[in-house]
Formats: sequence, structure tokens, C-alpha cells
Amino acid sequence: MSFVFYLLATLTVAGALAAVLLKNTVHCALALTVAFAGLALLFLDLDAQFAGFAQILVYIGAVAILVVFAILLTKGSETPKDGVFSRTWVAGLAVAAAVFAVLAWAVIQTANLLPSSAPAPTVTVQQIGQALVGRYVLPLEIVAVLLTAAMIGAVIIAMHEKDGVK
Amino acid sequence: MLGEGILKGMAETAKNFVGSYFSAERMTTVQYPEERITPYEAARVFPFLVYDSRNTADPSDWEAGMRCVACQICEKECPPKCIYIDKSKDKKPDAIGKPQFYPSRFDIDISVCMSCQICVEVCPFEAIKMDTVYELSTDDRFGGLLLDREQLAKSNEYYHRIHPTEAAEVDDRLSEGRAKTDAKITAGAIAAAIRGAEVPATAKAATKPVADGAVEDDAARAAAAKKAAEPPTGAEN
Amino acid sequence: MQGNMDQIFVLLQHWLMGYLPMALQPLAGVVLGVVAIVCVFPALFALTTVFERKGLARIQNRIGPNRVGPFGLLQPIADGIKSLTKEDIVPLSADATVHFLAPVVLVVTVFMGFAVLPMGRNMVLVDLDAGLLFYFAMGASAELSVFMAGWSSRNKYSLMGAMRAVAQMISYEVVLLLSSVTVVMMTGSLSLTKIIEAQNHYTWGLPHWFIFTPWGLAGFVMYAIAATAETNRSPFDLPEGESELVAGYHTEYSGFKFALFFLGEYLAMFSISGLGTTLFLGGWSAPLAWLAWVPSWIWFFSKLMMSIFVFIWMRGTLPRLRQDQLMNFAWKLILPMCLLNLMVAALWRFLGEGWLRWVVCSAILIAAYAGMSLNELRRKQIGPRRYRYAE
Repeated sequence: MSFVFYLLATLTVAGALAAVLLKNTVHCALALTVAFAGLALLFLDLDAQFAGFAQILVYIGAVAILVVFAILLTKGSETPKDGVFSRTWVAGLAVAAAVFAVLAWAVIQTANLLPSSAPAPTVTVQQIGQALVGRYVLPLEIVAVLLTAAMIGAVIIAMHEKDGVK
Repeated sequence: MLGEGILKGMAETAKNFVGSYFSAERMTTVQYPEERITPYEAARVFPFLVYDSRNTADPSDWEAGMRCVACQICEKECPPKCIYIDKSKDKKPDAIGKPQFYPSRFDIDISVCMSCQICVEVCPFEAIKMDTVYELSTDDRFGGLLLDREQLAKSNEYYHRIHPTEAAEVDDRLSEGRAKTDAKITAGAIAAAIRGAEVPATAKAATKPVADGAVEDDAARAAAAKKAAEPPTGAEN
Repeated sequence: MQGNMDQIFVLLQHWLMGYLPMALQPLAGVVLGVVAIVCVFPALFALTTVFERKGLARIQNRIGPNRVGPFGLLQPIADGIKSLTKEDIVPLSADATVHFLAPVVLVVTVFMGFAVLPMGRNMVLVDLDAGLLFYFAMGASAELSVFMAGWSSRNKYSLMGAMRAVAQMISYEVVLLLSSVTVVMMTGSLSLTKIIEAQNHYTWGLPHWFIFTPWGLAGFVMYAIAATAETNRSPFDLPEGESELVAGYHTEYSGFKFALFFLGEYLAMFSISGLGTTLFLGGWSAPLAWLAWVPSWIWFFSKLMMSIFVFIWMRGTLPRLRQDQLMNFAWKLILPMCLLNLMVAALWRFLGEGWLRWVVCSAILIAAYAGMSLNELRRKQIGPRRYRYAE
């Protein structure tokens, strides 16, 4: 639990809180990007180079932009007049606390199971690659099929909209 | 094939690039303060006043030779009213010796002038013409762009230099005009002389002293006319 | 002696580090490297602005700037003074924080990309195992700053320009990644130093650069096209060209922030050319075996400057592509070629050494290219124009 970890953790949590608490939706999206960056830096702190850079490439480079486009192309960019907090916030808080409790319990359980003095394994990109096409080839292919289906679906939806407009 | 056009285009631009270092006629740039584009003959910027070099002692004496007679037609015709003329109180002799008014003040505000050349077109005395000088910027905000008589007066030789064809035409017209005036005066003198000769013949039967006086008057008039025919030839020199 | 010239900057760095205590030396080494990058590349940017203006001028049969300094070489100083002394106008309704952060984010991410480029033998700032991935991660983050700039200006033209720019950058990012993946496939590593080492061999004096292979040539061409689109250079400069026509994502920026956008764009050009030379042109390796006595960093920078000249040449030659034309180009033409290139590269590896793989791979690529180009031209129905006049 070094100083760097605390710094990055503060950055991530601050970004996530800002993403929830800010009034302007696009500001929220940008704060979410900061949270993603914090996560990526945490991965890098753990020497997981591939995961860290892939996090930046995919989350900041694609997901954040997707979120921002979604906000812009729908009318979410105007600040809502009734305020950003919903009226049923107590129930929301309860649900969030419950989920947090479950996750924390799971993490502490696995942390107890790990030997505390084992050095972290250095995983090279080559090992990740070999694992992907060796042991995990079935999930890889399923994810590929899923992505293709999503792209075809997007194209079909866009095409139908065009016909509908005509 | 796809991309063929791009390669042809790139070859063309490469030719331009290399050629620009070797052939001077490709480059159309005129590097301003060092080089200038010569204005073509019909160029016009702001008006100037033409003066003939009538003072043989000092050819650049613009006051003696200015053609402008302060008729103020250009002042009235100027659309933005940028010409300010004050007529003089006395008269000076003009090209044919006839005493004429002259402008004691002739100002053109070149910040207002729109170079329409109307003043040139209406001037009956070929006194105001268009200049081609354009580097007239000044940092004097208040009087720098109001050109007065002295700044506007430029010689007929200068006019020949900037608009040779036009100046030659103007000179021809002016000398034609003077020749006509000369011819009219000499014709008048001859007619007067003839009439002077006839009157004594018809009035011989009438009173003799009256005829003598008439002959003398006519003779004096003919002599005066002959004298008047001389100065124009002197002035044209 | 040649070894010393080659390693002169490394030796300089170690000599300066020697003045500090042992504990601080690694940090000092990194800081010196960073200082070097931050000084060299903006200086190169200044030089490139003059070369671009002079180069474009000569292509267009006119003289470029030639008043400031000999041959106009000190023009960037005049430009710099101008942009520093201009008033920094922020529109009243603009989002001030995001408006301020956008050029900062751009310049920071672009500078980060330089950290993994090997500029000479042993001259990498950080030798990462996943260097290529890091570079693309930083490139992807630069798109976010474009969007931030366009959105924070509260100007619908800026916003449209920004969205178009981001759409263009995302489409061509895919092409960029796929054409780089062939190189990764052949070398088996994401590390840029290993990629250069794989190209640093010579057969009969000729180098083993990847551009001299069929899949490498195709990959390089597609990489170059994607690189021009990623950095918003002509002919893909619709986001930027819109600034001349209507507005673009950096229309509400003036003075130094605009200069930062300009700097970011040119630095992105440098780093993407640097990556291109590393992947396909052998990075710092010499073109012929007997030229290896010339220092490696001279080769790297001359290849970089040659790529920049090609960028400038393309800018002077080609008209701008429309948004739909460039999207079509990316998704319908280049992406299928990229996927085919991947398969051809795999085929190259499996056919083993010999002349057969050259013939087969070249034949496949040429046939695909010819087929696609004939198909495109046939569909265009290029004929004489018919005019309709009002009756």
C-alpha cells in the first residue's frame, strides 16, 4: 500500500464521484474519463502493462468518446431543470451500499487466500497472446462473434432509420 | 488504376517545385519594396495639376505656367466633393497672353477622392489629369492627405512620361486650339484692314476729316491686331 | 570514433548524470531525456513551419516567406512572438475549464507518444515491452482533446467540425492499427526496439526493411494514408479546412492556445512519421550496409524529415476530400485491403523462405488492388457532364 497507490486511488475515486455529482453531463463524461485514466495507472502500477495500455486505448480512446457522442446526439447535454439528483436517492444509496458490501467481501476473501509474500508474476504480452489463442480461444471467438453481431446490428438499425425517413 | 491520378499530380507538383528554382519566368511574385509592377498607361490614382514651362528663366516655375483658370467646374462636378478651390483676386496671363484668374487655393483631399476621373473629363482647359503615384501614405493624420497646389502641380514633361499617348493628344489639341485662335485673330485683323481700306473709299464723298479719323482708327486697330498675333507664337516657344 | 558519434547523446547523458549522487541518477537520466525531447521536437516544429510554407510556395510557383532571416528561416520566431502577444479571447458562454484544458490535453498526449520512439541506437526514453500499444493509447487520447475543444466553444460549427474530426480519426485509427499489426505479427513483439532489430540485417548490402516486402509495402501505403488522416493533414483536413470555410474545432481559440493546437498537430505528425519509419523503414538503420558508419540518429531524423516533405508535397498536390468520401474510403476500400494484408502477411510467414512467397503474396495483393480499383471506377460512371439550365 504505497504512496503511489493512495494517490491513484484518490484520483480514481474523485473522478468517479465527480462523474456522479456534477451538473453538466459532458463534464460528468470527462470526469469519468479521469476515473478511467486512474484505473489505467493503477494497472500500470501493478506492472500489468498490456492491461493498462489497453485500458487507455479502449476506455479513453473509444468508450469515453462513445459516451460523449451519445450525450451529444441525444439531448442530454442541457442541464436538467429539476436538478441532477433523483428523489428516490435513499433506495439508490441502499442498493449501492449492498453491492459494495458484496464486492468488498469477495475481494477480502481472495486477499486472505493469496500468500502474502509471493512476488507478483510478470506477465508479458507474449504470454497474454499465447493464453488468448491457447487456453482461452473459445471465449475469444465468442467475443469476436458478439462484436460482429453488434456491428451488423448497428448497421441494420442505421439503414432502417434511413429507409424510415424516406 | 486507382491512385494513378495522384501520382501524376505529384509528378506535376514536383516539376513545379524543381522548376521554380531554375526558371525565372515561372515565378509571378513581385517582391514589393525592391521591385514594382510598372503601371500601365491608362492607370489612374489621384489627380494632379498640369503646368507648362512658360518661364524660360526657371522651367520648374509652376505658378507661371499652371493651366488651371479656377473655373471651378471640377469642384462642382466632383461626386464626393473632395476639391476645394479659391479663385484669385487678380489675373495672370495664360498660354495665349490673355489675362485669366488662377486658383489661389486648390486642395484635393485624397482620402476622399474616389479616382473616378470626372474632374479630368469636364476640365475645359486640360489643366487637371490623373497621376499614377500610389505610395502616398503618411502618418500625419490631419493634413497629410490634403494635397495643396504646390504638391499637385506637376510639369507637362512629367505628364508625357506617365501617359505619353494622352499627353501627345492633349498637346495636339491645345496647339490646334491656339492655331485656330491665331487664325481667327489674323483673319479679324485682315478683315479689319480691308474694312479700313473700304470705308475711306466710300466715305470720300462724305466728310474728309471724319474719314481720316476712321482710317486712322482702323489702321490703329489693324496694327494692334497684328501685334496681338505675335505673342501666341512667342508663348508657344 | 564512429561508435562515439553514434552514441554521443547517450554519452552526454551519462556524463551529466555523473555529476549527481547515485540515488538520483536514474531520475536525472530520464529528466535529461525528457528535456532533450521537449527541446528538439518543438525546434523541429518551428523549422517545419518554414519549410512547409516555402515548400508549398515553390510548388505553387511563388516565393514563400523570405524577409525574416536568410531565406525566411527565422520566420517561426516572428510567428511565435505574434501568437504569444495576441489577445486570448474566450467566448463568454464557453466552458472555461474545458476550453483551457483541451489544448493542454492534446499537447500532453502527443508528447507522451515520443517516449517510446527509438531515435537512435540505445536512444529510447522508455523501452516498454508493449511500446506500440502505448503509442496507440496516447494517440487515441488525443481524439478526446479534439472533442473537448469543439464542445467547449459553444459554437455549433465548432461542434460539428469536432464531431467530424473525431469520426475521421476513429475510422482511420482502425486502419492504422491493422496495418501496424502485420509488423507485430512478423516480429512477434510489440516492443519498438525489437522491431528495429528485426529489420537491421542486410542481404547483399540491402536492408531487411519491411517496406521491401509485398505486405510491408501495402502496409506502409495504408499506414501513410491513415497517418495523414489521423493528423488531419491534407487531403483529409476537412476539420481544419472548415476553419477556412465556416469554422472548425479550434475556431474559438486565439493566441497561444491556437499555437498549442498547431504545435500539437505538427508534433503528432512527427511522432506518427517516427512510428512509421520505425515500423516499416527500419527506424535508425542505414539503407545500405556500407553506410552504417553514419550515426543512427542522423538516419532516423532524415527519414523523419523525408516523411514530412512527402506530407507537404501531398498537401500541395491534392484537393480536400469531403467527409463522406473519406469515410467511404476508410471503411470500404482501405479496411478490406488491410484485412487482406493481414492474411497475406500470415501466408508470407507460412510459405517459408524462397522466391515462391514473393510471387504468391505480390500476386494476391496486386490482384486485389486491381480488382478493387476497377470496381470503384466502374461504379463511378464517369462521363461527360450534362447541364440543366433554367427554362
